[in-house]
Amino acid sequence: MQHKTITELLAGLKAGEFSSEELTRFTLQRIQDLDKHLNCFITVTQKEAIAAAKEADQLRKKNQETPLLSGIPLAHKDIFCTQGIKTSCGSKMLDNFIAPYDATLVEKLKAAGTILVGKTNMDEFAMGSSNENSYYGSVRNPWDLNAVPGGSSGGSAAAVAAGLVPGATGTDTGGSIRQPAALCGITGLKPTYGRVSRYGMIAFASSLDQAGPIAKTAEDCALLLQAMAGLDKKDSTSVDTAVPDYQAALRTSLKGLKIGLPKEYFGEGLHPEVQKLVQDALKILEKEGAILKDISLPNTRLAIPTYYVIAPAECSSNLSRFDGVRFGYRCLNPKNLDDLYKRSRSEGFGAEVKRRILIGTYVLSTGYFDAYYLQAQKVRKLITNDFMEAFKEVHVILGPTSPTPAFNIGEKVKDPIGMYLCDIYTISINLAGLPGLSMPGGFVNQRPVGIQLIGNYFEEGKLLNIAHQFQQLTDWHKKIPPHPFNA
Amino acid sequence: MPISRDAINYIAHLARLDIENSVDASALQTDLNQIVGMVDEISAANTEGIQPMAHPLESAQRLREDHVTESNEREKLMALAPLSEAGLFLVPTVIE
Repeated sequence: MQHKTITELLAGLKAGEFSSEELTRFTLQRIQDLDKHLNCFITVTQKEAIAAAKEADQLRKKNQETPLLSGIPLAHKDIFCTQGIKTSCGSKMLDNFIAPYDATLVEKLKAAGTILVGKTNMDEFAMGSSNENSYYGSVRNPWDLNAVPGGSSGGSAAAVAAGLVPGATGTDTGGSIRQPAALCGITGLKPTYGRVSRYGMIAFASSLDQAGPIAKTAEDCALLLQAMAGLDKKDSTSVDTAVPDYQAALRTSLKGLKIGLPKEYFGEGLHPEVQKLVQDALKILEKEGAILKDISLPNTRLAIPTYYVIAPAECSSNLSRFDGVRFGYRCLNPKNLDDLYKRSRSEGFGAEVKRRILIGTYVLSTGYFDAYYLQAQKVRKLITNDFMEAFKEVHVILGPTSPTPAFNIGEKVKDPIGMYLCDIYTISINLAGLPGLSMPGGFVNQRPVGIQLIGNYFEEGKLLNIAHQFQQLTDWHKKIPPHPFNA
Repeated sequence: MPISRDAINYIAHLARLDIENSVDASALQTDLNQIVGMVDEISAANTEGIQPMAHPLESAQRLREDHVTESNEREKLMALAPLSEAGLFLVPTVIE
């Protein structure tokens, strides 16, 4: 049961092989038995989960027409507000925060029948690529407990990879769904900016943040995205574009599909064995009738510098709401109001969050705004133009998700820039607002490698289609992490 | 130009962070200078005539009818405050 996909579990529920209550109790037991090795969960919602599963079972008994994902256990990244349930964002700042309402994504997935089993660990305020920046401790990679799971949605990715839950939600500001999906050997999709509502998703960098699904297969991601996507009047940046039938798109043939290979994604810094696995994948796609084409995204090298102006600038503004007055952490015995603000924020935020707030404050401060923030917004346009030029010639772009497989816990903690470079292939996509998907493409030294597909705006269906077809021809997504997770 | 310790203290004050007592200030200075040095690379890019991109989908803000959509949740929200009294947030004395 633990290694079944959502699609398979839905078939089992429908056929009456097991009930949602049985599946949910099994899932909760597995989390209880195995999460001690991984630290994926900040909160487990046992009582609520069992009650919701019983309801799903009753609905299924009474009615043939059940919602899309009725009875499926799911975990939410702890960045999504869940009414009456702790929502920490991986931070001491929100360790005492019980969300007063549900995020739209949470509401929609509840309406689709999913059973919330818990909230997953993450880098504090989604800032990180290794999940080592969490107030609740590092998450471990089920493929190798010495390795990081990637970040910032590391808890969600590791939980799905280890078979603790069949699916989970994540958010992606610079690679935070795709990179952990790659490093944990599963499938993750970052939709087009605005495809999924950000209402109730704690803000990091508002012009880059986007929520998406994490699951074993593209087919499962299609199901989850179907339930998540769509216009939300509560998020003025959510987009009023019809949500297509993602399931229906999965089976389209790849014949004639033009795949662009950006030379900048295959250069210096890419692990040679990762490169080889990407090439192996290309051969499979070519055999299915895809046409490969060399392309160039000439401003790629400017993506990380641009991101580290825009994301910290937006973060310094968004995180100014944490003041120790209205909610969240408050320091003890403040001497005066300024001391209250300063100590609550300094004690409540971790090192990386403080670093980014300071960078953001610096680039927005008097005398520096034009040189940094305004220039970064212009370079952001150049980076986006590169993609628009490329999409005149190709349908999708393919490359590695991450330059290397998972690194060891502790390996990069003292090297912020080295950590930032992990996101070199994922970050431009957020700057442009495009959709990107990571799918499993093999292993290097028993650690998984991800392959990234990048599509034009609102082409999530195309990415899911390609990944699904690839997963019909490969079994990387079926591999199971070693003991004790393979039981 | 490297960021001086004084400049960092000033930025930290603007961001209402107390860095002197909470972090290794010299390591922070090194990190910030490295990061700013890295982002300085954008200054060499030719952006003449390029419009700054503030938002990925350069769309206009949607408008709606001006009617009440939220209910009054004052008590529920006040319950989240670290310290409150009679519907007011409590902070240290500001005016003697």
